Amino acid sequence: MSNLEVLKTYKLYIGGAFPRTESGRFYAPVSNQGEVLGNICLSSRKDLRNAVVAARKAQGPWEERSAFNRSQILYRIAELFSDRKEIFLKEFQKQGSSPEEAVLEFSTTLDRIVYYAGWCDKYNQVLSSVNSVNSSHFNFSTCEPMGIVALIAPQNTALIGLVSLILPALAGGNTLVALASETLPISAISFAEVLNDSDVPAGVINILTGKQDEIAPIMASHMDINALISSDLGSIENQIAEACIDNLKRKFTYTEDFNQPESQGLTFIADLQEIKTTWHPIENIGGSTSTY
Amino acid sequence: MENKKNTSKDHQWLYSPSLESTSHIEIKDKYELFINNEWIAPTSNKYFDTINPADEKVLSKIAWANAQDVDKAVKAARKAYDEVWSKISAGDRSKYIFRLARMMQEKARELAVIETLDAGKPIRESRDIDVPLACNHFFYYAGWADKLDYAFPNQKTESLGVVGQIIPWNFPLMMAAWKIAPALVAGNTVVLKPAETTSLTALKLAEIIKEAGIPPGVINIITGHGDTGEALVKHPDINKIAFTGSTQVGKAIQKALVGTGKRSTLELGGKSANIIFDDAPIDQAVEGIVNGIFFNQGHVCCAGSRLYVQENIAEKLVEKLKQRMKSLILGNPLDKNTDIGAINSKEQLQTIEKYIQIGIQEGSEIFQCEGALPANGFYCKPTIFTNVSQSSVLSQEEIFGPVLTIQTFRTIDEVIQKANNSPYGLAAGVWTDKGSKIFNLTSKLKAGVVWANTYNKFDPASPFGGYKESGFGREGGMHGLGAYLKIIK
Repeated sequence: MSNLEVLKTYKLYIGGAFPRTESGRFYAPVSNQGEVLGNICLSSRKDLRNAVVAARKAQGPWEERSAFNRSQILYRIAELFSDRKEIFLKEFQKQGSSPEEAVLEFSTTLDRIVYYAGWCDKYNQVLSSVNSVNSSHFNFSTCEPMGIVALIAPQNTALIGLVSLILPALAGGNTLVALASETLPISAISFAEVLNDSDVPAGVINILTGKQDEIAPIMASHMDINALISSDLGSIENQIAEACIDNLKRKFTYTEDFNQPESQGLTFIADLQEIKTTWHPIENIGGSTSTY
Repeated sequence: MENKKNTSKDHQWLYSPSLESTSHIEIKDKYELFINNEWIAPTSNKYFDTINPADEKVLSKIAWANAQDVDKAVKAARKAYDEVWSKISAGDRSKYIFRLARMMQEKARELAVIETLDAGKPIRESRDIDVPLACNHFFYYAGWADKLDYAFPNQKTESLGVVGQIIPWNFPLMMAAWKIAPALVAGNTVVLKPAETTSLTALKLAEIIKEAGIPPGVINIITGHGDTGEALVKHPDINKIAFTGSTQVGKAIQKALVGTGKRSTLELGGKSANIIFDDAPIDQAVEGIVNGIFFNQGHVCCAGSRLYVQENIAEKLVEKLKQRMKSLILGNPLDKNTDIGAINSKEQLQTIEKYIQIGIQEGSEIFQCEGALPANGFYCKPTIFTNVSQSSVLSQEEIFGPVLTIQTFRTIDEVIQKANNSPYGLAAGVWTDKGSKIFNLTSKLKAGVVWANTYNKFDPASPFGGYKESGFGREGGMHGLGAYLKIIK
């Protein structure tokens, strides 16, 4: 029996499949201990477009699922993530974390998934309203997901930053096209494997790896992406903000340290919701006091 | 269209004119800028005419603020924010706004007549819709000032500072109220710039603000053209810009704000779908269509300008619609019989006429009411187009006038797809007798406001605002407060 290790190839996650980048390009990020993390896919514009097509196809069915069902799927992510603790601890350390840091990042990530799983069927109750209008109408405002959210994961964490922004978008019924941390990409792909086994429908989350400077501007100018979320993008922040204006993408920049247990909350869900107000007359249609 | 003559086939009668008196209103010959509760002459020394679009007569001269004037107004607002408005109790802020609402109500009639003179909208609409909604908006928000903690449970909020607000000409006073009221109750001070064709009611509001004793500098009103607005957007000491207007200008503003840290909310254009199913109450639906597109001469961002009719009732419904259109009275906006007033400006009339020509060139079938238009002033006959294709310019672009495109559909899935096939997402209408169908559609239509079996209803308690390129942020209701507060995480 041979003890020769079988190395894992890290690929993209698009439409529920794990393709290599269509461009055939790769890059080889190096950990802070000088270890090469692997030949990682260097995603292209075409990969991003494919991911957006997959997300758009998944958007309707995902947002029409019952919130309760979404909640169960999100909780299922936590179950499978928990099950693969050893894999993630190993990867975190490979990417430069100390054993203690790895355990902390894992447990914070796990708690965050469970936290947002619990929000799915509650945020609408908290954020919606029945409005007392000065006429005979029933009038109410509810939340609706914005649609496709482009996510540029924080660079400084392997997973907690990515997960802290994926989960609230997902809980709110959005689909995602995410770009993993450029320097710490491998646990993002392992997390895609968790997602793929967790009953998250194909296309609801798509994860790319590659260069932030290359992919972020393409995300920002894509006309079928509804929102863009990221941590501070530094020198390209303004360029990205400006490109988002072409289709009035909603853009949010989060500067939180996601390792902190309190870096979570309803605002992360609310930011990616549109408020829809519906009116209907109350009286009999055509009645003498009809409010047409 | 001959004035006052109802040309409907079955009802032939003449209306006697019923003109609203203008004797009780006071319009000054010239208006200065309202800064620090004082009337200040513009450093530019420039003034522009504001005219009555119904007869093209000059109503008054209005100060044209330049960047220096804008700076004065922003400084006044900053001082008022730092020294007064952020220091007084929330309860007192509330009482000031309540007082303002009541004084506006007392002068409602004057405000309505001036609105009609300056904007060209029918007096019935100014009197029954614009002015009451403006007053009510202040009254509604007044009570929020000392209850903000209830709107954002478990979160802390803070005011933003000085807010620059730029408003359009279609609902001049109402837009001023929509902007000023939530900003003030949230603890901000404001610099408001009305549209150049409709400054008068905002300036009357300034008189009321002074009379109500609102502390100087809390609300500043500066008049002018696009360059005035641009100076306001670019002023370094503004914390937020709130804009209502075209998508094109909204995007330009948003670009100017990149990297400045200023916040923004944008309420922009629309091309809203009004959908009629075969089980809808037809006569009411016809009223809804008319109200959806011809209300305020179609100068409504959420106008139901794309009509979708289920194929099997299309012929009957269009016939009824044409019949109903023949009874619309177009003419002097001050006449209480008038349904369709004047187009707000010559420029806008030219834009609408350009689109009507495009519609004809695209091969769509046009129907307009018969009759001559008044000799002076800017008028456009209510117009509908049938045989319109989904990809036509007419059904894709916002016209902002009394022009309706009509298309047919067979299935519910088809109409959802067609309705959502637009870069805009402001509003939509659905007409059907079946509740389950209403809920199916309202949840699938990508629009910020959905009117089911009604159209073009507004209320201070009802959040308003769009999806996609119709802008972001909400105005009205509890959700409207969020536009003027910082959430402290």
